[in-house]
Amino acid sequence: MANMVLTPEQQAILDGEKGETLAKVMKTLVRYGETFGAEKMVPVTSEYGHLVTSFGLSVMKPVYALMDQLIEGGALSGQKFSVDPRPIDKHVPAGFLQNTVFGIMYSKQADYEKQLETLGLLNHDAFTCTCYMPEVGNEPKKGDVLSWAESSAVVYANSVLGARCNRNSGILELFGSIVGFVPYFGFLTDEGRKATWIVEIKTTKKPEAQILGSAVGMKVVEDVPYLKGLSKFIGTTLDADAKAYLKDFGAATASNGAVGLYHIEGLTPEAAEQGENLIAKNAKTYVIDDAELERVKASYPCIWKDPNAKPKLCFVGCPHLSIKQLHDWTNALAVALEQNGRAKVTIPTVFTSALAVQEEFRKTPDYQKLTNMGVVLSYICPLMYMNNPLCGKQPVVTNSNKLRTYTSARYHTDAEILDILSKGGN
Amino acid sequence: MSTTFKGRPVVPGSVTASALVSHSGFNTLASFQKALMFKDKDAKCSDQNNPDLYGKPMHGTALCLPRTIGSTTGGMVLYCAAALGQQPACMLFSEPIDSLAAAGAILADVWTDVSMPVVDGLGDGFLAAVATGSKVEVKEDGTVVVD
Repeated sequence: MANMVLTPEQQAILDGEKGETLAKVMKTLVRYGETFGAEKMVPVTSEYGHLVTSFGLSVMKPVYALMDQLIEGGALSGQKFSVDPRPIDKHVPAGFLQNTVFGIMYSKQADYEKQLETLGLLNHDAFTCTCYMPEVGNEPKKGDVLSWAESSAVVYANSVLGARCNRNSGILELFGSIVGFVPYFGFLTDEGRKATWIVEIKTTKKPEAQILGSAVGMKVVEDVPYLKGLSKFIGTTLDADAKAYLKDFGAATASNGAVGLYHIEGLTPEAAEQGENLIAKNAKTYVIDDAELERVKASYPCIWKDPNAKPKLCFVGCPHLSIKQLHDWTNALAVALEQNGRAKVTIPTVFTSALAVQEEFRKTPDYQKLTNMGVVLSYICPLMYMNNPLCGKQPVVTNSNKLRTYTSARYHTDAEILDILSKGGN
Repeated sequence: MSTTFKGRPVVPGSVTASALVSHSGFNTLASFQKALMFKDKDAKCSDQNNPDLYGKPMHGTALCLPRTIGSTTGGMVLYCAAALGQQPACMLFSEPIDSLAAAGAILADVWTDVSMPVVDGLGDGFLAAVATGSKVEVKEDGTVVVD
């Protein structure tokens, strides 16, 4: 393993001059970096951090004990941070027994949130997986070095914003925010950002973002893909539509594989600047056409006890929806319901987004329109909801490939979800 | 007849244990989720997508795997398993270790009293040679002997 050369400031922390706890934090980061050949630590330059662990899950006692140890040792975060979504929202449909289980499962939630406040939580509402939404305010700049872990946020920050962050684990990302340094390797380096796969899009229509991401993730796993042929469907400007598409695409690449960075020809910042110079020598090629997307979608297993069951709940918004997506879904749903002679959705439906995004959305007429159709707007993490064994047994449908991957929820395209919500059936 | 493989000790240590082999990526969260939730000291694997491991006890085994996959909470989950005494005796990777597993292994080593040697880069031949139930000896320098 490489021997890292530390600055006097970093060495002093490692040597315990700022206390034993900080020394252990630094030791962990140094060993982590040396495992991947890092020869130095570099400053975290983003204004804010972001933590993946948002849940006070009672079985995670060692994590909370470690947090106490950090607090007692004065090892607080040097930057304020946002956190992934809360696991519980009373507005999301759940029965008495399900709520009882939630109470047991997440019994540490209040205590954990107090720990987060002490460590450096940005504000009481800073719980979302899409912290990079302008309304939330944790949007890194191009070239910023981050210490984040949430996979969908890391891949978005690297790819769409041009920030630099490795696919860190929970806890490690907090350690980086505490000492203000992260080991220099992987996606932090120019070499680590080169594409080792060329993905050629040869579909006849705009690919469903969630299936395209799934196909790419499954194929390239943890490598960096460079996508050609997508700009003709989503444009060459990073507008609200393109960003929303890439958010969902990226989350699918990161959960169906382990992608932490992708480039889109003519669109994402580094691809727009460097073009094919970003492609490494001997890069492999993956061609995606309509048949390939069909094959990938057909490969998803349905693990419901009764595969023909009528859905009982629908989640849209994993990762959390942007304000543009909230408007688009509201209007698309209104049209679909009208076409089918209905006023309300056929099954309980939850749209999820950051509280700051909701606050802006509530100021618009679309909010009333959405709630009038029977849709619940929530800040919950659908994945945490589905981790409740009683909730996980329900037939739940979603347009999220991430939620499909980690839970029993069944994936449907956006159009299929609209059909289910407006016509019923399965 | 025994076969010897040489890898890199990510967390050095020596141990002898019975092998538990996953030929596909090891999903740390999915595998340990139920063991953590139900305080299962044997740490039976709860990942239904992993036919090699599903339902088998992981605690105290020489867990042989290509790499870990899944949620970026993976390192934290591995740390929790170690802190609660549910960890494997060692983790032996055929591929270079991934960032999530490395984080978990190092967190367990620095922040708990548990000894869980971790060796990576053992090569594809390692997973071809080792079978669940094989006796595996791990040495400080990353040498792994499969009986």
